[in-house]
Amino acid sequence: MHWIISAENINQKDRQKVGGKGYALALLVKGGFKVPKAVCVTSFTYQEYLSQTGLRERIMLELNRKSFKDMRWEEIWDCATRIRNIFLRKPIPVEIEKELKKLITTQFKGKSVVVRSSAPDEDAASASFAGLHESFVNVKGADEILDHIRKVWASLWSDAALLYRQEIGLDVKKSSMAVVIQEIVVGDKSGVAFSKSPNDGAQGIVESVYGLNQGLVDGAVEPDRWIMARKNHSVISHTPAERTRWMIPDKSGVQCAVLPDELAKLPPLDAQEVIRVFKLALDAEGFFKSPQDLEWTFQKNDLYVLQSRPITTLSSQKEDDSRSWYLSLHRSFENLKALREKIENELIPGMIADAEELAGVPLPELTDKELAAEIDRRWEVNQKWTNIYWEEFIPFAHGIRLFGQIYNDRMRPEDPYEFVDLLTNTDMASLERNQALEALAEMIRKNRSLAKKLTAGQYSGLEPQFLEGVEQFVKKFGDLTCAVTGGTQCEQAPDSLYKILLEMAAHAPTATGRRKLGKKDILKEKFINAFEGEEKKMAAELLDLGRSSYQLRDDDNIYLGRVEAQLLAAVREARQRIDDFHAGRTRQKVTEDLIRVLENLDHRPQSQSPYKQQPGDGFVIQPRQLIGQPAGPGLAKGPARVIRKTADLSEFKFGEILICDAVDPNMTFVIPLAAGVVERRGGMLIHGAIIAREYGLPCVTGIPDATALIENGDELTVDGYLGIVTIGSSDI
Amino acid sequence: MEPTEEIQSRLRDLCNSQKLAVVSTQSGGQPYASLVAFVASEDLRQIFFVTARTTRKFAYLTKDSRVAVLINSSTNEESDFHDAISITVIGTAEEIRDPEKKNILVRYLSKHPYLEDFAHSPSCAVIKVTAKSYYMVRNFQNVMELHVD
Repeated sequence: MHWIISAENINQKDRQKVGGKGYALALLVKGGFKVPKAVCVTSFTYQEYLSQTGLRERIMLELNRKSFKDMRWEEIWDCATRIRNIFLRKPIPVEIEKELKKLITTQFKGKSVVVRSSAPDEDAASASFAGLHESFVNVKGADEILDHIRKVWASLWSDAALLYRQEIGLDVKKSSMAVVIQEIVVGDKSGVAFSKSPNDGAQGIVESVYGLNQGLVDGAVEPDRWIMARKNHSVISHTPAERTRWMIPDKSGVQCAVLPDELAKLPPLDAQEVIRVFKLALDAEGFFKSPQDLEWTFQKNDLYVLQSRPITTLSSQKEDDSRSWYLSLHRSFENLKALREKIENELIPGMIADAEELAGVPLPELTDKELAAEIDRRWEVNQKWTNIYWEEFIPFAHGIRLFGQIYNDRMRPEDPYEFVDLLTNTDMASLERNQALEALAEMIRKNRSLAKKLTAGQYSGLEPQFLEGVEQFVKKFGDLTCAVTGGTQCEQAPDSLYKILLEMAAHAPTATGRRKLGKKDILKEKFINAFEGEEKKMAAELLDLGRSSYQLRDDDNIYLGRVEAQLLAAVREARQRIDDFHAGRTRQKVTEDLIRVLENLDHRPQSQSPYKQQPGDGFVIQPRQLIGQPAGPGLAKGPARVIRKTADLSEFKFGEILICDAVDPNMTFVIPLAAGVVERRGGMLIHGAIIAREYGLPCVTGIPDATALIENGDELTVDGYLGIVTIGSSDI
Repeated sequence: MEPTEEIQSRLRDLCNSQKLAVVSTQSGGQPYASLVAFVASEDLRQIFFVTARTTRKFAYLTKDSRVAVLINSSTNEESDFHDAISITVIGTAEEIRDPEKKNILVRYLSKHPYLEDFAHSPSCAVIKVTAKSYYMVRNFQNVMELHVD
């Protein structure tokens, strides 16, 4: 049994066990290249870890909750988050640990190392996994190294890796992972070299940065670049970089620091050194008998090969393209900070300004022709912001993900979504709105005659104070019964709002978010204290970014709702004019423009209705237990209320279970009445899950057939721990 | 006849080698069978499984604690007819709580480590079946009864 093998002892028969990277290193050592000391934890060790801990089946259970192709990317991310947390919390069994520690301790004696993935899949000629699996630079001590081995193993199951494997048709069940542990050579300058340029067969390329080459590989530090002639090893051209930053080892890990001025003036390599690096790449090409992509580092005058792999040919560059898309799913901290700036200072104020400008147009004074033009304009404005919502706001949700991953890595909580508790209770606009609703409900609770009039539908002679409150509410938050994206139907009467208020008034107020107030502060303190010195600042910044991202998840739609409300107001005005003419209230004929614009509006593309039932085939199929994703812990029982169109919301009764396509932030006002939430759309961080967690409600997401299979009034049990919805009583 | 220890040892081997069992409950005279992941106690006097509280089997065994459990070594081959062993356990079921639950879960999860999330979920119950009798079937129709005193 080979748990771990030193590079010099790796043979051809070990190739599968040590993965592509590990095997190439072993060959380099055998070929006499100067390579930092390395050992390889075999894929056999990974498989044994999975078997002995029961993780293999646990991962499969997690991934097979539903068909992979039916999972939204958010759900895959959730799966990956849960799987990663399982790895973080499950130690390596003692006997394996002992074996690994023995060799690691004798080989590295407390020196810093790099812990790199070396998946056997990476060997497959058509697939490049570079960058998809994780590597960790500057890890010290046997315990820390073992810990990072588990992180590398877990990266086999990241969302990006899962999706990429799915796309290129690799079976996840067969995936495996070896890990290379290599002594760090802290180079003064490092880089990559291509023995043959993919663009010109007569040329090669050398790229170099100061410090560790982690910066170059990640794209954080721009390299100097030399084009070389393969024939006589001469420099054809040199493109200098701006040279502002370099990657250097931190206490643990690495940091991207400002490059000292005296270094910034000069290229990292002199003429001789460039040639020396290029010759090394050519030597590697000769040795491996194929053009090589080499990573190297200079320490004083010693030139080391860090790794070498065949250059991916032109035919496989297509794969590289899609891989970069998967990689782009993970936005870096810096990118997110820039995006936040743009959203907070530019986009949201812009959206509010647009809504206000539209609100200032006196619709009744417009001619029919002007009104028609105004409807068209408002449609465009609404469309513009809907597009921005998808392109800019949705990606900003990565801020939550980034925070979540760092939180889980550091804290290893039992509940992989504990981090959400640190993000809640920020002043989300929908919570503010629900509080305003609660204030109106309180007025009804305290005033019997008001309640009586509302129940009887006598809306004339309602208390002015109440009416004023309602008017302010509608002005601030818009009409509750309007859908957000492109819907053109809207209730005109205040009945819906009154119905909800009456239902709220009939029950004691719900304690919003009080649940976790104290806990949040404790969690925050623990999180920040888990970092030291300079890192504390980074941790606080990250938390701040996570909170902003989390808050925007909810608020963006509310602001978008305001823009849409203006489109709807103009449509309502047009409909009123047409109705008035038909009812004989006015003699003025409505112009063709207005009729046409309304017709066009009805024919504009709308989202497909998901509510379709399969025809029976002599059997009556009745669902009993539906499995989705656990999204809010707890167990709740109650009758179902299926929301198929926005108007259904006004029928919502206290204690019902909300079943919907997706909880739109504009419909969260019924949440205080609900006992539980079930959504067709999947994910832990979708609005419904977030708001359910805020109110402490059991929530299950990602049941695609929920709104088709569940009927109003069905007796439901929502198991938010396991992600299961049970329909009906236990009678056979 | 085979000595009691040998029969017990066969029972133990079967219980240790099999991961799944069929549990039968009833409601209003209608039998109801379900598949569960189980573990048996070392002395074979008890069988444990975990179920979600929202299931029919949980509702039924709460109303009527009499249950039957089938454990079997079939592999869906012809040879099963002469080769496979089945035991049917008759007994009473009840939900157990801490500290007993905690101890049993350790045993349960060492056999079914992949069910960690499921077994620890507050929406699940750990059920103990106290065996009254074992009925062991071998060689197609050879039946032996074992009664727990």
